[in-house]
Amino acid sequence: MNKKNIDYNTWVFLGPYILLFLIFIIVPVLIAIGLSFTYFNSIEFPKFIGLKNYVSLLTQDAVFMQNVVPNTLKFSLIVGPGGYILSFLMAWMLAQIPHKPRTVLALILYSPSMTAGVAMTVLWTVIFSGDASGYLNGFLLNLNLISEPIQWLQSPEYLMTIMIIVTLWTSMGVGFLAMLSGILNINPEIYEAGYIDGIKNRFQEIIYITIPSMKPQMLFGAVMAVVNTFQAGAIGVALSGTNPTPQNAGQLMVNHIDDYGFIRYEMGYAAAISVVLLLVVYLFSKVARKLFEEKD
Amino acid sequence: MASFQGTQINPKKFHKSQIKFYLILIPMAILMGSPIIYIFNHAFKPIDELFAFPPRFFVQKPTIQNFLNLLESGNVGGTPITRYFFNSIVVTIVVVVLIILISTMAGYVLSKKQFKLKNTIFEVNTLALMFVPAAVAIPRYIIIEKLHLINTFTVHILPLLALPVGLFLVKQFIDQIPNELLEAARMDGASDFQIFFRIIIPNIKPAIATVAILAFQVVWNNIETSDLYVNNEGIKTFAFYMSTLTTANGNTVAGTGLTAAASLIMFIPNLIIFIFMQKQVMDTMAHSGIK
Repeated sequence: MNKKNIDYNTWVFLGPYILLFLIFIIVPVLIAIGLSFTYFNSIEFPKFIGLKNYVSLLTQDAVFMQNVVPNTLKFSLIVGPGGYILSFLMAWMLAQIPHKPRTVLALILYSPSMTAGVAMTVLWTVIFSGDASGYLNGFLLNLNLISEPIQWLQSPEYLMTIMIIVTLWTSMGVGFLAMLSGILNINPEIYEAGYIDGIKNRFQEIIYITIPSMKPQMLFGAVMAVVNTFQAGAIGVALSGTNPTPQNAGQLMVNHIDDYGFIRYEMGYAAAISVVLLLVVYLFSKVARKLFEEKD
Repeated sequence: MASFQGTQINPKKFHKSQIKFYLILIPMAILMGSPIIYIFNHAFKPIDELFAFPPRFFVQKPTIQNFLNLLESGNVGGTPITRYFFNSIVVTIVVVVLIILISTMAGYVLSKKQFKLKNTIFEVNTLALMFVPAAVAIPRYIIIEKLHLINTFTVHILPLLALPVGLFLVKQFIDQIPNELLEAARMDGASDFQIFFRIIIPNIKPAIATVAILAFQVVWNNIETSDLYVNNEGIKTFAFYMSTLTTANGNTVAGTGLTAAASLIMFIPNLIIFIFMQKQVMDTMAHSGIK
């Protein structure tokens, strides 16, 4: 009787979360997987077409193969590991200074990540504005480095670089705080023991003591870095103001999904891209787990 | 004693060996912080300074004209800006409170109760940390349509309530509340609800503060809901209004004073909340690891 009571309460406590989690996270993923095997234009009932979406994604979608995949790879390989290493190094240096200056500097480094989303797009559109009153153009014109203003956000050569810079700027978020906290909580005795065992410099100290002692935080930070990287997909569209971006220069997988799903209404095809995207995110996180998981 | 440099982590006071770290950290902070300082300055620039060539970083004669223009700009479209603002505040408060309640309740049983599926549920949740909502915007739209939530106020709230990272942090934090404490309370006849409200909640305040901040950022900055699921201007949010300003005026410098003012209004609440809660956040993050 008593046992039954406890079970009942468990589900009362867990119920709301599980229900919402299922409806808005699990079921959408399952539907995406299901739809990816269909032709669906959002008006007629989805028609089963097997693997055709995946086949055309890989063999016929020139934009996907020539722009989206290379762009996504370039963007994620620079922003993901780049932002992650930057976060770790900043966190490690912050741990070497006293509490008060550390708090102030950590707050400044963290604050860009609070501007998540497009709230800051205005800033970048002013800095990179295409006319002479844009900040970067004004600066370069003033120094006579360029003779006429450059259309930064509309030109395929620069858009990707700007996207990478902007995303790196926001990369010190929750993962950065977790790593900072992880470093600060390492027992100082472990360092003493390490030096007795023959560690000679700070670099060895990081490799042999700091990182192994905070693997759980390193993993959390890595997962957050992967997610932020793939979530930042909208930035190219926000900056250039068009989807597709100029000559597809800033087209990432998330934009490709929106392009097919919400602009062309090819929902089945868009779902196939979503599934590929989720798989890619999963693979990246799997790599992070391999690197940092604690073996029992 | 050069070999004991390693023990200088988390030092109590300044030492000249720390100078090299300041030499990297301070320029880095300036680089990272300057865009935000720029927004502050830009928002208070009068029209002639917005157009100034070469453009200036700092404002010379600050004015609140941009904020006044912003107040009026909403009126032109028919929906007053105060309406968007009111919607944002209501949605934000409701979502933050509900996320805290739902995640702490779930975190409590996942941490302290034994039942079938417990580990599976937590595993799936950890997997969901890497969930990218934008990837499944279409299936989400289908579900929201089937639930008749399109164009309702509820659509701003329900889809955001399951926050995997929130549950994750809360559960890790509750793990370190000693089981003996709960046992003792149970011996005294306390029910699950009493244990939850009298023992768990007071002991996990840092985790609650952290989840509050994360939840706040998710809901306050959210434009996806207003963009995809709501057609009725009267129930859209400030973040969305802000994003329309960007696309409408973003590429012309004249409109940027206005948008900078709006960006500032978007950013300030984030900053204030984080400053007040940063100590709690750091406490929570110490337990944030994925094992």
